[in-house]
Amino acid sequence: MVENRPWGNLLAHLILIVGVALVIFPVYVAVIASTQGPGEFLRGTLPLLPGGHALENYSAMWQAGLSRVGAPPVGQMLWNSFVMAMAITLGKLSISLLSAFAIVYFRFPFRLVFFWLIFITLMLPVEVRIIPTFQVVADLNMLNSFAGLSIPLIASATATFLFRQFFMTIPEELMEAARVDGAGPLRFFKDILLPLSVTNIAALFVILFIYGWNQYLWPLLITTDPNYYTIVMGIQRMTTAADSDPQWHLIMATVVMAALPPVLVILFMQRLFVKGLTETEK
Amino acid sequence: MASIQLTGLKKTYAGNVEAVKGIDLEIADGEFVVLVGPSGCGKSTLLRMVAGLETITDGTLKIDDRVVNDLEPAERDIAMVFQNYALYPHMTVFGNLAYGLKNRGVKREEIERRVHDAAAMLEIEPFLERKPRKLSGGQRQRVAMGRALVREPSAFLFDEPLSNLDAKLRVQMRVEIKQLQRRLKTTSLYVTHDQLEALTLGDRLVVLNGGSIEQVGTPMEVYEKPASMFVATFIGSPAMNMLPVAYLRERGANGLLDHLAADTDVIGIRPDDLRIEAPDEDHLVVTGTVELFEAAGAESHLYVSLEGSDQPTVIRTSARPPVAEGETMRFHVLPSALHPFNQASGKRTQQGVS
Repeated sequence: MVENRPWGNLLAHLILIVGVALVIFPVYVAVIASTQGPGEFLRGTLPLLPGGHALENYSAMWQAGLSRVGAPPVGQMLWNSFVMAMAITLGKLSISLLSAFAIVYFRFPFRLVFFWLIFITLMLPVEVRIIPTFQVVADLNMLNSFAGLSIPLIASATATFLFRQFFMTIPEELMEAARVDGAGPLRFFKDILLPLSVTNIAALFVILFIYGWNQYLWPLLITTDPNYYTIVMGIQRMTTAADSDPQWHLIMATVVMAALPPVLVILFMQRLFVKGLTETEK
Repeated sequence: MASIQLTGLKKTYAGNVEAVKGIDLEIADGEFVVLVGPSGCGKSTLLRMVAGLETITDGTLKIDDRVVNDLEPAERDIAMVFQNYALYPHMTVFGNLAYGLKNRGVKREEIERRVHDAAAMLEIEPFLERKPRKLSGGQRQRVAMGRALVREPSAFLFDEPLSNLDAKLRVQMRVEIKQLQRRLKTTSLYVTHDQLEALTLGDRLVVLNGGSIEQVGTPMEVYEKPASMFVATFIGSPAMNMLPVAYLRERGANGLLDHLAADTDVIGIRPDDLRIEAPDEDHLVVTGTVELFEAAGAESHLYVSLEGSDQPTVIRTSARPPVAEGETMRFHVLPSALHPFNQASGKRTQQGVS
């Protein structure tokens, strides 16, 4: 806006500040809590200034974990979460890219039927089909494995749909030019479609990675071996420890560490994402 | 380099829509043939069938005496220039030119050499490292041409390559395409709806209408002796005037129409064959009122309503004719300038009148 309206600006900023504060405050509390000693929380008031136990809390969780409640070291759980999230993300991306490619560029019988089948599964989140899925995974002996953690979550109607919409905006002549230039379907996919989809892939990568990272119910169901606990599950284990008060300072240290990888992914991918928005191809 | 032979080429779409109704055409080695016709006449479909981008419903297509009906576009040894250029947006100009060669497994040094040769020929060398979006429309057009050139194919196919350019660039590129084709002597098939492009570019014109060929011939043949009323009105601007024979007889033909075939009932007259000054030879005379005078620089167009006819008539004259709007005057036509047609068949009734 070109107009100079000091009161308007002030009001706008006030609203924004309140909004940001609302979002930031819980994060702040978590960070502060992770620096306190074991006794601080039992007094009933929430400390708002950093305590002096940060290093000891973090290193304890990183190396040892909370063995009393069956939580392995955070490092291990972060790795588990990372493997699962990456497997889900890469799996979803490759499968949806290929299925969108098939639906948009190939004419085969029941093409529309397949498209609608994929589209309808949009309405079925993991939670709806969780019991049968569990049965299948159990029968396949995939409980307590990375395959069991990631494969059932890989099919993605959303990503397929988004790539389909994107591919349909690519002029058909591009495909024809590639055909005249001697590129077969797979080469066209690799040389033309993939490079053009980079920005879409980056955006979806962020969304899907966070989706994978935040998986809660599914890992909780199928893992009983602490070696396959994901970080989100680990936090849940710690808070529901039987016969004792939750160790809030340690849990909060875990929470902060759990929040870092998605933040890093966003920070890293954001550059690609913004680049894609400002430099439109075609 | 190769000849292209089309025999009974047909394209039928789902629902029995016949887009191309059996085309027979032979294109000689090194010839520049232009397919011209109104929108929806099947000219683009025909070109895409030759390219291999549309399947052929019936008939045979031979390139260099090899039946290519079921070959992929890449195996037909043709190169195509698309209307919207279809450049790969994420590749540099060099990458765009090199892509087809790379896919064919041409060696790196050979690719470099060919790309630089083509770029030099089209004067796009300074842009080789740029992405297509950093180029102007004319430069993109050149890159699209370059992509076809580097392949050194046996035939070029052009699908309205100039229609996205502004008028000035279009004329410039038209001349360049013509010169390039003269130099390379590569067989070319060129689709356009612009009759000026068609007349100036082609060694031969193929006028298409409704999926069939109306006429094949050199541009001058097509212009001077249109085979049907459709060709007569489609080629030439302003379009040819059509007058009933009966009307001309009423104006006192004095036997000047007697040499026409008996089934002639419509006469076509080019706008520049209706003259203001009377020639010395025997000629026909019509009278009309100038409704509108249109000065177009080097020439002028007179929109005339002829006496006793509701057919609007256009006359093309030199730059500044001595006429005013609303003036009623006589126009003179030489009998040799008449194009006789039969209304029912739409065909020219008699050969030998030019």
